Amino acid sequence: MDTVKQLREKIAAGAVKSVDAVSAIFDRIEKIEPKVGAYLSLHKEQAMKRAEQVDAKIAAGESVGVLAGVPVAIKDNMCTTFGTTTCASKILENFHAPYNAHVVERLQAADAVIVGKCNLDEFAMGSSTENSGLKQTLNPWNIEHVPGGSSGGSAAAVAAGLCSGALGSDTGGSIRQPASFCGVVGLKPTYGRVSRYGLVAYGSSLDQIGPLTQDVTDAALMLNVIAGHDERDSTSISETDAPVQDYLADLESPVEGLKIATVPQLNAGADAEVQKATQAALEVYKSLGAEIVEIEMPHFDYAISVYYVIATAEASSNLARYDGVHYGYRSPDANDYVEVYSKSRNEAFGTEVKRRIMLGTYALSSGYYDAYYLKALKVRNLIRQDFTKAFEQADCLMLPVSPTTAFKIGEKTDDPLQMYLADIYTIAVNLAGVPGISIPCGFDERNLPIGLQIISEPFSEDKLLRIARMYEKETDWHTKRPSF
Amino acid sequence: MNTKIDKAQVRRVAQLSRLELSHEEVAQFSTQLSAIVEYIEKLNELDTEGVEPLAHCLPVHNVFREDLPRPSLSNDAALANAPEREDEYFKVPKILDDNSGA
Repeated sequence: MDTVKQLREKIAAGAVKSVDAVSAIFDRIEKIEPKVGAYLSLHKEQAMKRAEQVDAKIAAGESVGVLAGVPVAIKDNMCTTFGTTTCASKILENFHAPYNAHVVERLQAADAVIVGKCNLDEFAMGSSTENSGLKQTLNPWNIEHVPGGSSGGSAAAVAAGLCSGALGSDTGGSIRQPASFCGVVGLKPTYGRVSRYGLVAYGSSLDQIGPLTQDVTDAALMLNVIAGHDERDSTSISETDAPVQDYLADLESPVEGLKIATVPQLNAGADAEVQKATQAALEVYKSLGAEIVEIEMPHFDYAISVYYVIATAEASSNLARYDGVHYGYRSPDANDYVEVYSKSRNEAFGTEVKRRIMLGTYALSSGYYDAYYLKALKVRNLIRQDFTKAFEQADCLMLPVSPTTAFKIGEKTDDPLQMYLADIYTIAVNLAGVPGISIPCGFDERNLPIGLQIISEPFSEDKLLRIARMYEKETDWHTKRPSF
Repeated sequence: MNTKIDKAQVRRVAQLSRLELSHEEVAQFSTQLSAIVEYIEKLNELDTEGVEPLAHCLPVHNVFREDLPRPSLSNDAALANAPEREDEYFKVPKILDDNSGA
């Protein structure tokens, strides 16, 4: 299957028509999607029309965007004026957004063809996509296993060849972990690199949009499209503070004198097969001349506690807008205004969403604010300092993405704390706001993919992608695809 | 059974959250939230005396712009997703009873 870059080149050169590429994707979706369940909505008619427009532009010799005619997918927590934007929640099941998210505008301006919107854990809360209120997504490598989450639909769609590339969002690992479970590349950019305008908010100080792709080159290409300042998101970083780079320009140049930090104490917490794959990846870098520096991240272990206070506190505030009045579900049994809120919310939110709203409300409530929320913010600062110190000693940090490969469906749903603990390697990255990428680095004995996580300092995505590409050039894990 | 957050507290937080939980949910959340909060209290092992709270991972500053009128949603677009509407308004059940004198 062609990557985004390969397909775009063929389409732009007139060797392949976009209508044929998009039509082939829909044929494949018809055949494979019932087995995977990656999409919440498909938009064939609109996609075919768009593909025709791109083909017409090319035939007329007009210039076209960098994603011209390429079929892509987006996570269904990004607002689109077409179709619904559900966040996989019954509360938004019939919601039609009145505007497009910034990233959707960018995709359209780049002449991409959006084929559909992907499944997720409800409101992006979860690590397996099992919390979707609307659909179950299965791992294309083994349908008894979860695809990871919360961007599980996007990761499964890319892995199964149901689109050329996709966008997801990452609040505590929600791009990187499903990318690793599905054997694709997933990039969480620096907080502020990509505008969150039109991304339905979960944890506003942590949420970031990024690409899930077949390889590192496509991640760079898609970041080129979505990165940049947008005045409609006040946390979107300005061009003067951190200019957007051309992430493709130097992608093939290895980083000279590369220094990699590892945390042996952390790696030891992963399954043996994951440890082995991580170690083998480090050996590849060593063979390329990289120096490995062993460091400590003394506050890393506290990241889960910090995250589940801060993210839930922000969620409890963000999700207060679902009131059964302005948009979304309203309970037919609500007889007074309090019941409009409390019955509508209780009937339409899933269990995990309620659990997080409850936890966040508790942490922010009178008498507990200092003990939980303020304390968590202080430890967040210590975690960020760990990263700052790490990047004084090395160009990047390498860790597993998840302690295990994709677990079985239903294996962890009864014990939310166990599910949270599996986020250990990804969560601190969001708390510190730094960029992180997951790239395929092997398979376990059951033929389930393993991901390697590379993390670097804020706004160094160019270097991060180059480091990832160095490994990719030496290995062929990223070329493996599940068979159907 | 662990009851760090007992059922009465769960009900209080549910009320603050505007969630009308069932009896089963109250019991379930009491157990689960207790376990989660107990885990979170691991944070108390750390001395954070003198550490600044970090609400935002990158330096943020106020972003100002001219206060100029610009296009916004039409009434119809803003009301298009309303569960219930009447003319140009969102419709909700009565919020004052008939004898309130309002």
